[in-house]
Amino acid sequence: MGETITFWVLAVVSVSAALGLVFSRKAVYCALMLGVVMLSLAVLYAVQDAPFLAAVQIIVYTGAVMMLFLFVLMMVGVDSSDSLVETIRGQRFWAMIAGIGFAVLLALAVGQAAIGDPAGVTGANQRAGGNVPALAELIFTRHVFAFEVASALLITAALGAMVLAHRERTRPRPTQKDLAKARFVSGYPGPLPGPGTYARNNAIDMPARLPDGSVSELSVNRVIARHDVEDGRLPDDPELAEAIRQAAAEEEEHNASIAGPKEDR
Amino acid sequence: MSTLSPALLAAAPAGPSLADFGKDPLWITIIKAVFIFVFLLLGVLFGVWFERKLISRMQDRYGPNRAGRFGLLQSVADGLKMGLKEDITPRTVDKVLYRLAPIILVVPAFLAFSIVPFGPMVWMFGQHTPLQLTDMPVAVLFVLAMASVGVYGIVLAGWSSRSPYAILGGLRSSAQVVSYEIAMGLSFVGVFLFAGTLSTSEIVAAQAEGGTVELGGFTLNLPSWYVVLLIPSFLIYAITMLGETNRVPFDLPEGEGELVGGFMTEYSSSLKFALIMMAEYVNVFTVSALSITLFFGGWRAPWPISLWDGANVGWWPMLWFFIKLVLVFSAFVWIRASLPRIRYDQLMAFGWKVLIPLNLGWILMVATVRALQVPENNRAVVFTLAAVVLVGILAIWFRFDTVLQRRREEKAAQIEAEFARLQAEPEAGGFPVPPLDLPHYHGAGRKEVPSGSN
Repeated sequence: MGETITFWVLAVVSVSAALGLVFSRKAVYCALMLGVVMLSLAVLYAVQDAPFLAAVQIIVYTGAVMMLFLFVLMMVGVDSSDSLVETIRGQRFWAMIAGIGFAVLLALAVGQAAIGDPAGVTGANQRAGGNVPALAELIFTRHVFAFEVASALLITAALGAMVLAHRERTRPRPTQKDLAKARFVSGYPGPLPGPGTYARNNAIDMPARLPDGSVSELSVNRVIARHDVEDGRLPDDPELAEAIRQAAAEEEEHNASIAGPKEDR
Repeated sequence: MSTLSPALLAAAPAGPSLADFGKDPLWITIIKAVFIFVFLLLGVLFGVWFERKLISRMQDRYGPNRAGRFGLLQSVADGLKMGLKEDITPRTVDKVLYRLAPIILVVPAFLAFSIVPFGPMVWMFGQHTPLQLTDMPVAVLFVLAMASVGVYGIVLAGWSSRSPYAILGGLRSSAQVVSYEIAMGLSFVGVFLFAGTLSTSEIVAAQAEGGTVELGGFTLNLPSWYVVLLIPSFLIYAITMLGETNRVPFDLPEGEGELVGGFMTEYSSSLKFALIMMAEYVNVFTVSALSITLFFGGWRAPWPISLWDGANVGWWPMLWFFIKLVLVFSAFVWIRASLPRIRYDQLMAFGWKVLIPLNLGWILMVATVRALQVPENNRAVVFTLAAVVLVGILAIWFRFDTVLQRRREEKAAQIEAEFARLQAEPEAGGFPVPPLDLPHYHGAGRKEVPSGSN
């Protein structure tokens, strides 16, 4: 009775979540819906006397795999649109074949359960004295080779990903000590000046005036200065405007210098 | 507690096992669930007060002492304030997920506490029932599963806020929780191997009496608490439980200097923030309770008390459990008072390159010992395998050690040469150093005069 109720409730929840996954417009919502489907599956497993599978389903699929998905979605950003160019030749054909193959497999599996007399997990659990020992017995004796092969496959995949993402360093990464050294040798080890002693405003793109009344170019953020120059938002005071132009020119120079030898960026 | 002969210990009544669960009538289950809920709510309320009080005593100040006696009502006042403040929802947030995230965070936190054993079988309103809401064959994994669902709350809170600080904080803290969860799961393995079960009530029962091990004709009594027997597992668990709950020294998600408030930046006020904070404290209680269950004998009385026959029966064990919980929570506070926050790359490197490999090595050793304890096992095979592994590890270690040693020596020589070069130059390689022969230095050769001696 309880099992039936759980099944129908979860069926509604998971099917509507699956539909939401297909029809949702935002990628993060799709990922969440998939998470809901996975959680419903986990509860179904638990109801079917397979608590270990339920826990592992949540830990591995919901906790690790979906989390990776979410990470990627967030890194990529919401607004990026999909590229519709098909790079693999004949991928529609092969996708169709794979789809048909999967459907046949699914039909066979469901048919196996529907036509034959289902044995149920309860018997297997009782014979080995619990769900966890029963699983352990099968994993570490009969299916040990399959599991080892699967783990080798996963490790190979992980290694492949690492090799693809790997970039050889052309020079050792600068340590904190190296950075400090470079700062001291540069001749200006201190922090950049703030808004200045005689600041008339606290806008971040306004150069500071030093105690002697001169304008400090160092106090302007170079990136913001460049935007100011490009958008023509310069202050009326010619001295301040000149300082902003100066900083923008430095930014241009800096950009040109890193555009040439591009490394570690 | 441990090396005493079993005769000295009070006859430990066998605690509840898996078979005792699932027989309660519905109303008993509801009573237990409501009790856990109220226990955790009050725990958060007074846990915050206790933490603030204890940490201020450690820092030579009084802490909250205005609202109520000893400032006991301070948390109540804070909670009321949060409830009555204007609920600010920033205009750009993703409204659905922004509201959902604190709930996703707090619900698994409460659920995870349902498998914590508070005590043995008791009579409750005419029903013989264990002092634990539920238990299952995979109870400890259930806690991990709930923790990994809770991470969604963090990620979604960060993402839906649409603020760079929040999303960076969310990504950081979820990456941290996910990686420390692996080390945490591995530190359970030793306990599972010795207890032979994943159910919390049976792990507590397994710690009632230490087993014995035969070593060369001698029979050694193993200590009953796994904290003694599996001390490396416990130490790693203790570190990961700080990382898992985002507490000092691993509270990088809220590194104020760099990320403002991390994933909760946009939850500036109101009950949503209260929910996030509640989830954090409930998580702390859950990992503390789990550490007690797995390593400190659960609700069982510690040694001097356990000599008393009635220590481990009836309702008394709840008191021992509560005292242990308070002690572990105090340790959390103590750590918070003593340690600074560590850097993010250090945190990840520590988790992945130190905790996980150490844990794997330790599991290998525990498994070897367990394999030797099984009588029908072929000892020769175990010893041969162990020897092969040991030789391999030593070979790898020697290889790396010589390479590292060579690298260290090279580095030292390089630094030495640089110093010699800079000392020879009067300009010191462009560094802004004053010339060392200035008159007030009395020459570079003069001995330093300590201050206060003239």
